[in-house]
Amino acid sequence: MVIYLKSIFNDAGNVTLFTARFFKEVLKPPFEIKEFIRQCYTIGYKSLPLVGITGFIMGLVLTLQSRPTLAEFGAESWLPGMVALSLIREIAPVITALICAGKISSGIGAELGSMKVTEQIDAMEVSAINPYKYLVVTRILATTLMVPLLVIFADGIGILGGYIGINIHSDVNLVRYFSQVLASLDFIDILPATIKTFFFGFFIGMIGCYKGFTAANGTESVGKAANSAVVAASLIIFIIDMLAVQITDLFM
Amino acid sequence: MIPEEINTVEQLTDKKENTVISIGNLHKSFGKNNDVLKGVELTVKKGENLVVLGKSGSGKSVLIKCLVRLVEADQGEIKVFDTDITTLDNNALNAVRLRIGFLFQNAALYDSMTVRQNLEFPLKRHSKELNPTEVEEAIIEALDSVGLADAIDKMPSELSGGMRKRIGLARTLILKPEIILYDEPTTGLDTITSREISELILAIQKKNKTTSIIITHDMACAKLTGDRLVILKEGLIVAEGTYEELEKSGDEWVRSFFN
Repeated sequence: MVIYLKSIFNDAGNVTLFTARFFKEVLKPPFEIKEFIRQCYTIGYKSLPLVGITGFIMGLVLTLQSRPTLAEFGAESWLPGMVALSLIREIAPVITALICAGKISSGIGAELGSMKVTEQIDAMEVSAINPYKYLVVTRILATTLMVPLLVIFADGIGILGGYIGINIHSDVNLVRYFSQVLASLDFIDILPATIKTFFFGFFIGMIGCYKGFTAANGTESVGKAANSAVVAASLIIFIIDMLAVQITDLFM
Repeated sequence: MIPEEINTVEQLTDKKENTVISIGNLHKSFGKNNDVLKGVELTVKKGENLVVLGKSGSGKSVLIKCLVRLVEADQGEIKVFDTDITTLDNNALNAVRLRIGFLFQNAALYDSMTVRQNLEFPLKRHSKELNPTEVEEAIIEALDSVGLADAIDKMPSELSGGMRKRIGLARTLILKPEIILYDEPTTGLDTITSREISELILAIQKKNKTTSIIITHDMACAKLTGDRLVILKEGLIVAEGTYEELEKSGDEWVRSFFN
């Protein structure tokens, strides 16, 4: 038990130092702009199909599942607003972040882990190139920027999925549907939900990089790095979400 | 008496000027009761090819990794170009690292980059004054020196073990290092390719007048490339000499390397 607790505190300390190094390095030149753009492409653009399909299914299923209950109360007309609110406030950010944890965090963990095991990170260091700056800073910045954009994309596609879901059982005009969606949304619904996605993105990148960068030698550790990155990132997403909801609640 | 003293001082000065690597009382351990290096003393002269022999786990790789501070020494002095690298800050350390090349056991090529990008990567960062044509020329020259100019657009996954080692060497050479550290350069290669790599090491030393430390288990490589050999046992250097001298050593354990 003591050893287990010691390892948890050790890990927490190491993650904190790793995170602190990010803030120290991020503002220091040289800036790896090219690698950052490449990472944005890999993390953002290449995740669009997965996030798009998931977002569509979320919107469609949420509409189909909620409709009977609302119909019982004769409140079917509230469906567009309810779907949009649920998606934007909670479902799209969390589900998209979880998908990104699975796809991006594990990918980064495995990639950096294998680079570590095959001495590619050491090779950078002996060539007087800062591997943290080139590999870690660029990836964390890319996830911090791309995850919110992916969530906004998932919001849009999800709302579109909701429109199709409503039209399976009734006939609603697209313009009317969207005007109802927009009427139900307030600024306070969008802003906190968007802010928390930056935190989701930051921690998805940070945990993937930490697990990969600190992988032990041996191929087994590459698998472990990828796996533990997904587990830790998913857990952190829920914790951040809980905190974000509590903080938002204070202002409502 | 007086001329002899002057002569001794001159010799000392000469020796000091010729020494590019000087290691004193180097200790390194990984956890309790796992002392890998227990007070290594070693000097390497300019232009010399030093071969380090020893059983697996005797600390050979740790020794050369301490030289570029990939592994931090626990105790001792490591002087490279007359600078104690154990006390340097990051910027000063990187300046020394630029003068040292390191060929890793598995070449450590960047998997996501082509051969061209692998060579460009360090060059573009450290030679910003070069225009694209000069970068291209430097890449071709480095690849030519290892006989693999036609592999320029290949990915590392498309290369054989020997080719990877050669490209790794080309990437090391592109920054024109004065010292090259080879970590088991012929491990995992067939006899013919091993010989080719050994000959390449020798040719590079002759052409670029580099100083090298070569860690190897391959006695053919040691014989061909080594001006001087040292043997590491339980964290200490226990034998030193030329190949021929150590082959005829009175110590049976030392001789066993040559059988």
